[in-house]
Amino acid sequence: MAYIAAIDQGTTSSRCIVFDQSGGIVSVAQREHRQIFPRPGWVEHDATEIWTNVQAVVRDALAHASLTYADIAAFGITNQRETTVVWDKATGEPVHNAIVWQDTRTDALIKQLGDQDRFRERSGLPLATYFSGPKLRWLLDNVDGLRARAENGEVLFGTMDTWLIWNLTGRHVTDVTNASRTMLMNLETLDWDPELVEAMDVPRGVLPEIRSSSEVYGSYEGVPVASALGDQQAALFGQTCFSPGEGKCTYGTGAFLLVNTGAKPVLSRNGLLTTVGYRIGDEPAAYALEGAVAVTGALVQWFRDKIGLIGSAAEIETLARTVDDNGGAYFVPAFSGLFAPHWRSDARGVIAGLTGYISRGHLARAVLEASAWQTREVVDAMNADAVNAHSAADLTTLRVDGGMTANNLLMQFLSDVLDVPVVRPIVAETTCLGAAYAAGLAVGYWTGTDELKANWHKAAQWEPSMEPAARDRGYRKWKKAVERTVGWMDEDDD
Amino acid sequence: MPGPIQSIQRAAEVLKLLARGGAHQLSVGEIARALGLAKPTVHGILRTLQEVGFVEQEVEGGKYRLGAALFHIGTSYLDGNELRAKALNWSDTLAMRAREAVRIGVMHGRHVLVVHHVFRPDNSRQTLDTGSLLPWHATALGKALVAFGEWPDGDLQRFTRHTLDPEELRAAVDVVRDRDWAYDLHELVEGEASAAAPIRDRRGVVVGAIGVSGPVERLCESPDQPPRLELVSYVREAARSVSRELGGLSW
Repeated sequence: MAYIAAIDQGTTSSRCIVFDQSGGIVSVAQREHRQIFPRPGWVEHDATEIWTNVQAVVRDALAHASLTYADIAAFGITNQRETTVVWDKATGEPVHNAIVWQDTRTDALIKQLGDQDRFRERSGLPLATYFSGPKLRWLLDNVDGLRARAENGEVLFGTMDTWLIWNLTGRHVTDVTNASRTMLMNLETLDWDPELVEAMDVPRGVLPEIRSSSEVYGSYEGVPVASALGDQQAALFGQTCFSPGEGKCTYGTGAFLLVNTGAKPVLSRNGLLTTVGYRIGDEPAAYALEGAVAVTGALVQWFRDKIGLIGSAAEIETLARTVDDNGGAYFVPAFSGLFAPHWRSDARGVIAGLTGYISRGHLARAVLEASAWQTREVVDAMNADAVNAHSAADLTTLRVDGGMTANNLLMQFLSDVLDVPVVRPIVAETTCLGAAYAAGLAVGYWTGTDELKANWHKAAQWEPSMEPAARDRGYRKWKKAVERTVGWMDEDDD
Repeated sequence: MPGPIQSIQRAAEVLKLLARGGAHQLSVGEIARALGLAKPTVHGILRTLQEVGFVEQEVEGGKYRLGAALFHIGTSYLDGNELRAKALNWSDTLAMRAREAVRIGVMHGRHVLVVHHVFRPDNSRQTLDTGSLLPWHATALGKALVAFGEWPDGDLQRFTRHTLDPEELRAAVDVVRDRDWAYDLHELVEGEASAAAPIRDRRGVVVGAIGVSGPVERLCESPDQPPRLELVSYVREAARSVSRELGGLSW
């Protein structure tokens, strides 16, 4: 019997999950890597450490289930998006630590590049520190001699998918979904855009070849390496959102709502990103609209690590259930500004509505509710864009996944504030599952997307049960709390 | 060697009572009634326990619950929400393999509290029953928990003509302790069966149970036989995987 192994190179750890043909999990292995913070706002990873960990988790996952490489039909790859690494083509040594997606060192460069919407039509993205192109430019400008070496063809650029595929197979390629987050790819041609590349001032020769998300790029230990997808796109794939209008929201460090918009990119008027959802082999690409929320699960972690009222993330539900409501407290976690739909880098977090009545139970509620209200904002933006684009993407149920879906209180509250049923599929690890699916399709392990859709099953469903008046009052208060976060940072703040 | 110290025994009784209540908080009066002690005695015990952080009150003069200090000294207490988070992958996989609904339970007084529920994977209409209570003596989950824990007090309600009487139940629970898995056959609902296995933490203490349930036609070879061994092997494998996740097994 053969299996598919998915490698998930994430922000805090690398994992390998082995799946069987029904999409069931056979084995899991995980290793965390160091978060390097050289200065406030800077976040780096050691790409060599990550490659070592990836090799280890693959070995561990096979060993846990007593499997050998011969039992694996294909490897699939999914990865933290936008994180940027440049390495020496001859030695494979990174020239600098990888610059992580959360890193804000390109702030000045972004301001210098001009209007926020300058590249939106070509790339689908607003100018922000989040994306890879500016990070590559920063390395070229700041690492001694790098620009000359780049122009001589001595170094290569990649996001983490590219870094892994190069190490696994020796090929220098990326997939369309990861390429769509560089701000260098043209959404229509799905190739590097000469104007964007020139505006960012990077040598064309360092960029990888853009391939589909589901094809054999090469092999590792005799096993085909057959997919690459950015983590959020992989979750969309794992949730089998193959038709326009189908979408999902993944709850991890942040929350990412992606809705398939079909064969044409739709530009948002409401603060969403336009991105590539996936591309299977030679088939046309499927595009997606994305609502990216920076801080959801990270707020629970902060509450655990910095406030210390809970010992584990799951205990927040226990604490929150000691009270019946938030007591009037609202927590807007604008820790590094606000992402979608606001895109306000000058915002910082607030807890609003504090009175002497508020207990830690109420705060725990406010922490959880923040994830739901932020989702409501991106869902509203998604529905508004759907109306503008005359598409039928009005969300009538929300498919969710990710670790936070284990939190029943949050899932019920989410259903309450969205006023739609919330559904969790039977594999909460949709990111890995999506990478496995795309790899399995490429090697004929699965016959097609219909077979994958048949694997999708509802594992849990939460129905809305909140009074409309209470929902409206809560949302009004949430919006007032959000208003109080913006404009906090001043020119002379670091 | 002096005899047992009564006040420590009583304090332990108070803590056990609060632990059985889970998230449900108790007043001084409720505790005094449950333990047959005078209110001032209970009040004194609670005040001392509160000083060392073993119990706490949400508001001055309000009800009591277990305190945070207790949770950090390595008791067998495992937060049900924590258990659900750790068990998520393995309960999903069990539901897919068994093609049946999966539940994870912990003891809550005389009942099994459902801390996690995965729908039967057929996309039919089902209702989430996380948070509901099941009778321990008529479910595989309950028998798997009681076999490795305390025998709960109280009457054993008969739900069907197959519900076990106390004597049969004692014998059945002994077998569970031996085999490390449990089943029920028509004992809660006529025509339904369930199978479950215990989940252990790092010290080998049983902290929960995971199992499947459904109609006998699907779970059993024939209506008067225990669930199929193939199904039992899936259940036990899931229990082992969750135990490993909790650090309970080294393999």
